Amino acid sequence: MENLSLMMAPLFSSKLLIVLLLGTLFGLILGVLPGLGPTTGGALILPFTMTLDPLSAIVLLTTIYCAGTYGGAITAVLINTPGTPAAAATCLDGYPLAQKGEAGRALGMATVSSVVGGIFSVIVLVFFAPFLAKLAYEFGQPEYFALAIFGLTMLASIGDGSPIKNLIAGAFGILISTIGKDFMTSIDRFTYGINELSEGIGFIPVVVGLFAMSEMLIQSTLLNQIFKRVALKAVKLPTLEDYKTTWKTILRSSGIGSFIGVLPAEGGTVASLIGYSEAKRWSKKPDEFGKGSIEGIAGAEAANNAATGGAMVPTLALGIPGSATTAVILTGLIIHGVRPGPDLFREQPEFLYGIFGAMLIANIMFFILGFFGAKIFARITLVPNKLLWPMIFAVSVCGTYSLSQSMLDVWIMLLFGAIGFFMRRYGFSVVPVIIGLILGELVEGTLRQSIVIFDGNWLLFLTRPIALTFFILSLIALIFPLLKKKRT
Amino acid sequence: MNNVQSKKRANQKGLPFFVRDAFRVCFVIIFISTILLISTFSFDIVPPILNRGIQPVTFPKGLLILIISLTLIVYYLSLKNPWKIEKKLPKPFFITLLNFVLFVVISKFLDFFLAISVLSVLVSYYWGERRILYLIMVSIIFPIIVFIFFETILGLRFPPGIITNLYYY
Repeated sequence: MENLSLMMAPLFSSKLLIVLLLGTLFGLILGVLPGLGPTTGGALILPFTMTLDPLSAIVLLTTIYCAGTYGGAITAVLINTPGTPAAAATCLDGYPLAQKGEAGRALGMATVSSVVGGIFSVIVLVFFAPFLAKLAYEFGQPEYFALAIFGLTMLASIGDGSPIKNLIAGAFGILISTIGKDFMTSIDRFTYGINELSEGIGFIPVVVGLFAMSEMLIQSTLLNQIFKRVALKAVKLPTLEDYKTTWKTILRSSGIGSFIGVLPAEGGTVASLIGYSEAKRWSKKPDEFGKGSIEGIAGAEAANNAATGGAMVPTLALGIPGSATTAVILTGLIIHGVRPGPDLFREQPEFLYGIFGAMLIANIMFFILGFFGAKIFARITLVPNKLLWPMIFAVSVCGTYSLSQSMLDVWIMLLFGAIGFFMRRYGFSVVPVIIGLILGELVEGTLRQSIVIFDGNWLLFLTRPIALTFFILSLIALIFPLLKKKRT
Repeated sequence: MNNVQSKKRANQKGLPFFVRDAFRVCFVIIFISTILLISTFSFDIVPPILNRGIQPVTFPKGLLILIISLTLIVYYLSLKNPWKIEKKLPKPFFITLLNFVLFVVISKFLDFFLAISVLSVLVSYYWGERRILYLIMVSIIFPIIVFIFFETILGLRFPPGIITNLYYY
């Protein structure tokens, strides 16, 4: 009961309500614009959060995460281009249904299933995160090392890119985290006499470079692309018949999405693909999938939004990001002096339940704004790239510069823009780099401390049951996608 | 669709190995990783009495060896299943990339604000915008708004330069 009142606190704070409204609006705009999305948007907004108190800052970031994930569906349905990668599966049935003149119905189903998935995942978050946090008290350095390795091996199975390429990208991310002074001995690594590199490479220049700048380069190759836009009169709430057809799918996908979200490094993209394929598998009319099936839209959208709450579970309880966007939120927490982990649940429950409550309200807000404003948000895609991207560039460079007031950060951002472009061109996902970068220090630190604890005997890792479980799970996470690919 | 992709892959099989994308990409990764690996030998070594666990150089060395090994596996797999041929990169891509370089040069030697304006106007122009009003909006008005916003809200001080100095003094 006490926790419930803590969760409802944002409702009674006008400041938090304004933050929630702005976050929802900004998240929807970012979600609608192909190539942007909550990860890039969160990274760009991070410097501005410095003017806010920690709770408002994290509420803003999580609201952008929730609303941005839903916003991707609007573009997926209307122009057959996912606004965010997590909305890719929504295109498969959303656009065909829109072409049949039922864009309003498609968006209505996407909105309702997103909200149900989102609220379901917040409930999972409220109950599961404290449980995981309690469990984390049992974790020592070896267990954290094994958990971080599990998180990294999960990268093998994330959406785009081959498993081995994803692992290379993850290792590259960890390698970036080793640049600068070694945190245990203060010995310089990969600094090559550049003093500014002694502090290491910041997270924001890498994220903005890999996501926003590489996307700008990708857009430069797509200037002649023509989008066929489907007209939208108004978003329609699903009919009783639609609810009867889809309620099981929505609930199933909500469960799948929440579970996938909880797994370290997995995010909405994987969740929506699995949610979609499971919806097809259990459907009475699987032949309609790909031709405008309402179940297909519900399956994909409920799953990708359910992953948002799920991904916050390991982020808050263990400090291990559940997705690329939660990696940005994790950075936000650290910048604001909040250390995620079990102690956070004991020492700052009002902070945590404030976030949970804000996520719940964010889902209701994007339902209202999405329902009544989808037509307006869809018009944002009419802003031509030749005007939009130079403006995004200006915000990106100023945002990147602002955090450390260092021009080196800006140049690093541009360098990672080029690296990200070529990575994506040749099938290397950029998400593992982000996860690797954020987990790098944890992996190295816990490994070295574990070796000290074990007095150099590596085999003693296997005597710790929790660590051993994570190692076995890591092995499965590595082998499973390879076997699946071979079978395909 | 699948037929088109297999045709593309079959075409790539006929190419000499050194012009295939898989070879070039793997070569670049291994080449850079090897240089970095060699550079790790110049890292300082911690005396045994101060050393906790492993040497600071061991971890990055291990990572680089892992990256090289995985890249070799990727290349080996590409021999069995060639990568699809990517389309040639269009002119606007190279212009945009060149603008990134130009941005670095201008921001380093002249002015940060000027660099943003120059990049914005050039990118917008080469991407097809010809209307003067819109070019001015993108390259001057919007960067001014962003500058003032960052300066007032975040109290940010931008690096000195020929235009920024006019604003500050």
